[in-house]
Amino acid sequence: MKRLSVGLLISLFFLSLMSVSGCSIKPWVKPYERTNLADPIMRFGRDPVAETYMHHVYQAREGAKGSEGGAGGGCGCN
Amino acid sequence: MYKNIIQRTVIFASIAVVCLIWLSSFTVHAAVLPEDRADVMYHSYDGGGVTIDGPSVLVRKSFLDKFSVSTNYYADNISGASIDVELLASEYKEERTEYSLGMEFLNNKTLMGLGYTNSTENDYVADTFYGSISQDFFGDLSNVSISYSYGSDEISKTDDDAFGTEEATHLKYIISLTQILSKNWLMNVTLQTDVDEGFLNNPYRKYSYIAGTDALGIIRDFSPEIYPETRTSDAAAIRFKYFLPYRAALGFEYRKYSDSWEIDAWNFDINYTHPWGEYLVFDVHYRWYSQSKAEFYSDLFTSKDVQNFMARDKELSTFKDTTIGVGVTFEYEPQSWGFVEKVSVSLLYDRLSIEYDDFLDARESVIAKTAGGGEESQYSIDADVVRFFFSMWY
Repeated sequence: MKRLSVGLLISLFFLSLMSVSGCSIKPWVKPYERTNLADPIMRFGRDPVAETYMHHVYQAREGAKGSEGGAGGGCGCN
Repeated sequence: MYKNIIQRTVIFASIAVVCLIWLSSFTVHAAVLPEDRADVMYHSYDGGGVTIDGPSVLVRKSFLDKFSVSTNYYADNISGASIDVELLASEYKEERTEYSLGMEFLNNKTLMGLGYTNSTENDYVADTFYGSISQDFFGDLSNVSISYSYGSDEISKTDDDAFGTEEATHLKYIISLTQILSKNWLMNVTLQTDVDEGFLNNPYRKYSYIAGTDALGIIRDFSPEIYPETRTSDAAAIRFKYFLPYRAALGFEYRKYSDSWEIDAWNFDINYTHPWGEYLVFDVHYRWYSQSKAEFYSDLFTSKDVQNFMARDKELSTFKDTTIGVGVTFEYEPQSWGFVEKVSVSLLYDRLSIEYDDFLDARESVIAKTAGGGEESQYSIDADVVRFFFSMWY
């Protein structure tokens, strides 16, 4: 897991370098192409009250916890 | 312990700083506040001899185009007798109530959140504070969220004043990236690290050890569990959502977990959402979970106080569980209901089946006297989980 965190840190560091060095990556999905992604059925955790409850059910019965994913979130395509 | 906390805080702070540098270098677009909605839910869990049900009410409202507040009331009414209670105590009824209050603040390109939760039982009080910051960037293709929470618990024991009050603290660090991969693909990656410290075991639960033999075999005896006072854990998850050509969504999740108690776990979930006509949405999912036991767990220790830490909590044993879930939602968008934009009614049912590898049904040796200790059958649970809720958007 520590390796995973370090890997993420290194990846973000290089992406930061790319961004500050003038490399520009153009968004490959334009706003007008996000109709499908904006559909409510595409949300991670469509109903927060129901999603939170299932996290609680599992947390009370399983040893693992964390990274369940917050209800809502989304793709920024509202 | 403190070295561990400092190390994790430094790693988390480093990731957060690099993320913020990265974010600040892109042309960012304004984030949006969560949608205004209210939910009223009845929830029920029935399995392993225990029934837990109650309401949950969640209301969220934005104002001044910059703020959004939410509040949640949640209750668990617990009745029945789990296998642990059957072995060591009498049937009981208990209630847990939880109140949450949260607020999001939208400032140009950044969404910041603060919140507080209080959970109360007759022998357990927990307070949790959390903060988060999230931002859409890179042409709204990406969203990064960073969260931190601090929890403080006070634990007592019913009908045992000599136990006094114990304390525990919980720190959580979470970083999450949601990424648009294509016109039909969404991805989310979440990393979380937790540091728990203090009194971490259940004061009522006991471990089992060999106290001798009789005609049936080994005789079990019990003694209060002893846990380490620290636990650090890491969890990483990746999720995908794919929009199918005929308006339906296919989702997948994989999560990996490990902690300092030597529990290793992973799970996957595959889910499918299918709208039907104008008003109905059907959901179906399958989840599979597996974990290895904590290093200080045993179903039956060789003797009393044989090692520093001893537990017989089935949640710390080796087991697998599966969940099959189905659901249906009726949605309606009224044209002339004033401020109401949309309403829905949902019924979700999950069947959770847990098969324990090294947690035996000790009732057979202690109560029924049909087997010797350590020779009982493996324990399992089949539980029914129901969520029925009404939602309103305004």
